[in-house]
Amino acid sequence: MTEHPFAITLDAGTSLANRTGSWRTSKPVYADHLPPCNARCPAGENIQGWLYHAESGDYRAAWEVLMRDNPLPAIMGRACYHTCEDACNRGRLDQAVGIHAVERFLGDLAIREGWRVEPGPPTGKRVLVIGAGPSGLSAAYHLARMGHTVTIADAGPKPGGMMRFGIPRYRLPREVLDAEVERILAMGVELRLNTAIDDIPRAMAEGGYDACFAAIGAHLARRVDIPAVAAGRILDAVSVLRGMETGAEPPKLGRRVVVYGGGNTAIDVARTARRLGAEEALIVYRRTREMMPAHDFEVEEALEEGVLVRWLSTIRRMDEGSLVVERMELDDTGWPRPTGEVETIEGDTLILALGQDVDTTVIERVPGVEVNKDRTIRVGPDLQTGHPGLFCGGDMVPSERTVTVAVGHGKKAARHIDAYLRGAPQESAPKHAVAGYDRLNTWYYTDAPRTVQPVLDALRRQTTFDEVKGGLDETTALFEARRCLSCGNCFECDNCFGVCPDNAVVKLGPGNRFRIDYDFCKGCGLCAAECPCGAIDMVEEEI
Amino acid sequence: MTQTVKFYQTGTLTVGNRLLDSDKRTVQASRNRSNALTCGHRACQGCGEALGARYAIDAAMRAANRDLVCVNATGCLEVFTTPYPETSWQVAWLHSLFGNAAAVASGVAAAMRVKGKATRVIAQGGDGGTTDIGFGCLSGMFERNDDVLYICYDNEAYMNTGVQRSSATPPAARTATTPAVGAAPGNVFGTGKNLPRIAMAHGIPYVATATVADLHDLEAKVTRAMGLHGARYIHILVPCPLGWGAASHDTIRLSRLAVESGLFPLFEAEHGEVTATTPIRRRVPVAEYLKPQKRFAHLFRPDAPGAQEALDRLQAMADANIRRFNLLSAEEAVR
Amino acid sequence: MLKQIEGSRAMAEAIALCRPEVICAYPITPQTHIVEGLGELVRDGHLTGCEFINVESEFAALSVAIGASAAGARSYTATASQGLLFMMEAVYNASGLGLPIVMTLGNRAIGAPINIWNDHSDAMSVRDAGWIMLFAETNQEAVDLHIQAFRLAEELSCPVMVNVDGFILTHAVERVDVPDQARVDAYLPPFDPVQVLDPAEPLSMGAMVGPDAFMEVRYLAHHKQMRALERIPELAAEFRAVFGRESGGLVRPYRIDGADTVVVAMGSVMGTVKDTVDALRDAGHAVGALNLCAFRPFPLDDVREALLGARRVVVLEKALAVGMGGILASHVRMALRGFGNRVYTLIAGLGGRPITGDSLADFLRKVEREPHYDVHFLDLKSDVVEAEIARMERTRRAGPIAENVLRRVGAGRAS
Repeated sequence: MTEHPFAITLDAGTSLANRTGSWRTSKPVYADHLPPCNARCPAGENIQGWLYHAESGDYRAAWEVLMRDNPLPAIMGRACYHTCEDACNRGRLDQAVGIHAVERFLGDLAIREGWRVEPGPPTGKRVLVIGAGPSGLSAAYHLARMGHTVTIADAGPKPGGMMRFGIPRYRLPREVLDAEVERILAMGVELRLNTAIDDIPRAMAEGGYDACFAAIGAHLARRVDIPAVAAGRILDAVSVLRGMETGAEPPKLGRRVVVYGGGNTAIDVARTARRLGAEEALIVYRRTREMMPAHDFEVEEALEEGVLVRWLSTIRRMDEGSLVVERMELDDTGWPRPTGEVETIEGDTLILALGQDVDTTVIERVPGVEVNKDRTIRVGPDLQTGHPGLFCGGDMVPSERTVTVAVGHGKKAARHIDAYLRGAPQESAPKHAVAGYDRLNTWYYTDAPRTVQPVLDALRRQTTFDEVKGGLDETTALFEARRCLSCGNCFECDNCFGVCPDNAVVKLGPGNRFRIDYDFCKGCGLCAAECPCGAIDMVEEEI
Repeated sequence: MTQTVKFYQTGTLTVGNRLLDSDKRTVQASRNRSNALTCGHRACQGCGEALGARYAIDAAMRAANRDLVCVNATGCLEVFTTPYPETSWQVAWLHSLFGNAAAVASGVAAAMRVKGKATRVIAQGGDGGTTDIGFGCLSGMFERNDDVLYICYDNEAYMNTGVQRSSATPPAARTATTPAVGAAPGNVFGTGKNLPRIAMAHGIPYVATATVADLHDLEAKVTRAMGLHGARYIHILVPCPLGWGAASHDTIRLSRLAVESGLFPLFEAEHGEVTATTPIRRRVPVAEYLKPQKRFAHLFRPDAPGAQEALDRLQAMADANIRRFNLLSAEEAVR
Repeated sequence: MLKQIEGSRAMAEAIALCRPEVICAYPITPQTHIVEGLGELVRDGHLTGCEFINVESEFAALSVAIGASAAGARSYTATASQGLLFMMEAVYNASGLGLPIVMTLGNRAIGAPINIWNDHSDAMSVRDAGWIMLFAETNQEAVDLHIQAFRLAEELSCPVMVNVDGFILTHAVERVDVPDQARVDAYLPPFDPVQVLDPAEPLSMGAMVGPDAFMEVRYLAHHKQMRALERIPELAAEFRAVFGRESGGLVRPYRIDGADTVVVAMGSVMGTVKDTVDALRDAGHAVGALNLCAFRPFPLDDVREALLGARRVVVLEKALAVGMGGILASHVRMALRGFGNRVYTLIAGLGGRPITGDSLADFLRKVEREPHYDVHFLDLKSDVVEAEIARMERTRRAGPIAENVLRRVGAGRAS
């Protein structure tokens, strides 16, 4: 105590003796809610987590977080249909964050810089991976990181699976694909090409493998019976796209190409036809544009490139240089039904893009393996078949067939294979609740100035949707990353620290976030209300 | 392209931002802020005045390099911070009376001047201590152009004594002395005074309004005020959860809505002339601001007499502010 | 230096010699000339290092002084009458905060009816406000008391009010010795506050104090005044040593030895009292007088000691506790409790009514017969009040008594 008059004059800051925390009936608690992008990522990426680092320009750290889940960011940044962006809360504010574009930027940067991932300390366990597609590569990568010795066997001449044989070059340059595959192989993963496995148990026994992950892509095209005169050329999309990669010359298509189907493969093959010089590429689809399984932006790009589409039409037969199509209409339930009205259209080549199936003949022979009605392999939640040690993923198991799902299967399978090899169950962290839009306090997210916005928008369109033009540069990637709202996860904006009327929030310094000082927190809830990203929950106190 | 891009995620409206240069962050974002008003004070949960006072005084402390004295009028801020034997202030602080904070501050400033010290002086009080009982001393301090920054924390009634009407209470608001009964419930339309404009009429070097909802704006104004000498006045709207009948977590939201509705215009004036206004970002009807407050609940009862008329008049007041201060940003104006 | 000078001007010069750092001025008769003089001394460069502030009210005047004093500046203001009432809240506050402000009170009546002339009603209205209250008998003492007041205030951290009778002292031109700066500096060291608003060592001054400590705060204020009882005579003695004259102290008896009747009074009326004592002594009456220089703290012991030998004590006071009677007289009775002295209350000079030696002598001769009345109003116009009382009883008419009295006085003159 300093010397001063009694009671009337007090020493500064002495109210620290008054613990106002006892007033509280509910308390703020920091929580990491699951951002909707993460929740929707089939590859299980921690998108918000890697964007956080990209926001500060620490691209290496961003890439490393990204690589924890996905070994193929440069590929995924191009080939993924980014369901994350459909889920992005920012879409409710203006436009979704261009997550894939930043991912691609990071992937490309890593290739350019030659960033590598080290394998884990050797476990002595050996795993056979069948199929060098996205699922197999992903599994091999994760298993290698866990220290297992991995061999990939692929029946084809080049690695990549459907990434190479299903996705056209203009969407995925081959040097990108090669670079990311090479990075996985550099971890010590052995790749055996042109190696078809026709007896899995034997191959495992002979090779001394402790487990096997089979991820054979859906390479068998579905066909329909379309009456055709002999001269009519009817091809399937898978063969055409595969021919682009394997043949000495690209497949010969006619002048007027008709593609039958409404999926992404139909779009890919129609755009490929345009690039191969077809004067006309016409997609015929049974239903409406809204019902097309192909992604809207791909349809849009195809249309921009001059691809024609004929909705609500079926092909009845193919003649010499022409096809007969029947107009469909939607019934009351929205299902297409024939009208009997037919029309003849010009066309010298018909490419069927009606879906693909997996060739399951080899795996079906493995004892204990069961096959579902839709020709997929029955697996448990750990992706293990009825044959112990044999796991399946990618197009082989019931799921959406995308590169991203496949990569996710690879990671998931790797974790379960690792658990299987260790003889311990795989323990997943409990999933947090999704941070929906209503958790956000969007006031704090400012718009770019009007004068800047149009320029940026144009730039974004250019750079994020047009493959040929290349990816984001460092400035635009940074900008795009910083558009992330960080839903449900503290991004250290200091709002809680600032808005607490009781100074009961302790700032722990960069990267360490904050702590509530419950000695003084009165539980007013301002920190939670003013947290831009909804990272604080108010929890009732037990009284 | 050399234009500065505001970061989307971490725009300048948040308190801090790990991505911003430290000089562009608020004082409140700093672990080294003064905490001029520290923990353990006895303000109600979600007190806007406690928040506003720390915001303002911390900013002033930085501007003054901590060479600062504060004089406080009687009121909530004084009572909840300095009940013997504890004080929450970590700044040289003096409380004298309800109605004399401005004059006492003038005296402190005179003492500093005569002693050749650079110490800066702030007087602070609630709306009652400023617009009513302290008005004479305040006006005197203004007209003498004494070197004092006066900060009014306006919660629009006498909260310390139990929510009685002040001359800063808005029309239609229910207080203990303007009950929501009778033909014209709540505070009477056409009464009250606009102290920022009265301050301007004194021709003093600086007048500004601010809220606890926009910290950057508030700190910029305090910093600007501290950069000037002579009589300066900042009027900060500080919602009172208790007196307004609002949730404690709504304090900042209500400040924001007061601005965005146009009822509380944000502006700066120098020597009697408006020099800057803060445009409304997302305009809202006054009802959006009034509805979460129980003091206006009678305006939202379907059978309440004159409720619609009162709402219309309040909206008209907001519209008049928007016209007077030209508060619509270009984009809001075209919406 | 001896000067023929107006009292207010002499006080202004004396205050300036005390090197005040902040002076707050607000005009109210009859203290105006003091602050005008100070303003001039600041403007013409005689008083340097001083902020002279024209404020908007007495409430502001003392408030500014409070702020300045809390910030460590020697602070001064002056007021009177209504002005004192208007600053009343701050009067209590200054003492509660223990701020050594010196204030001159140019004593004047309090309205309504509004009246600018001298009495002690204003001073008596703040007698419990915690200030040390000194009363000057002459302009010389007024000058000297201000110098002592700063020293006393700052030693004790307690505000001091120097009471000077309005007009009688403030406006009287007479011979005054205004001391030189060197001697004032020798007597009055620079202000070294016990607590100060210092950003380097922040304190909170003016806390809210509840039932758990308020009594103690008040006790300590009382204790401070009890300390003043010791310090006031000591400072007066020290003053005499430096300046060579008698000024201040607690009480000053006049021809009290062997007096059967002693008149007790404060302020300038002592001149008349002394003349009357002299005249009555010459006429063989055993009368004396006691001048109270300090009213707060009230020197109970000194008063008792001075008055014990007097059979009769006449307390002459320029204030009235309406509904009660004498204020000073009550204090004197308190001093004499348990002793047999007869104490008479003589209310005189209200609102500037002249107190004449004849009337006083008349009264002193009357009390020698030891009548039984207590409160006596000197030179009260009995016919006027009796008529008004009669009218009030008749009509029970509401309305200002003052106007009715004036009407009657006017009517009396007309007839």
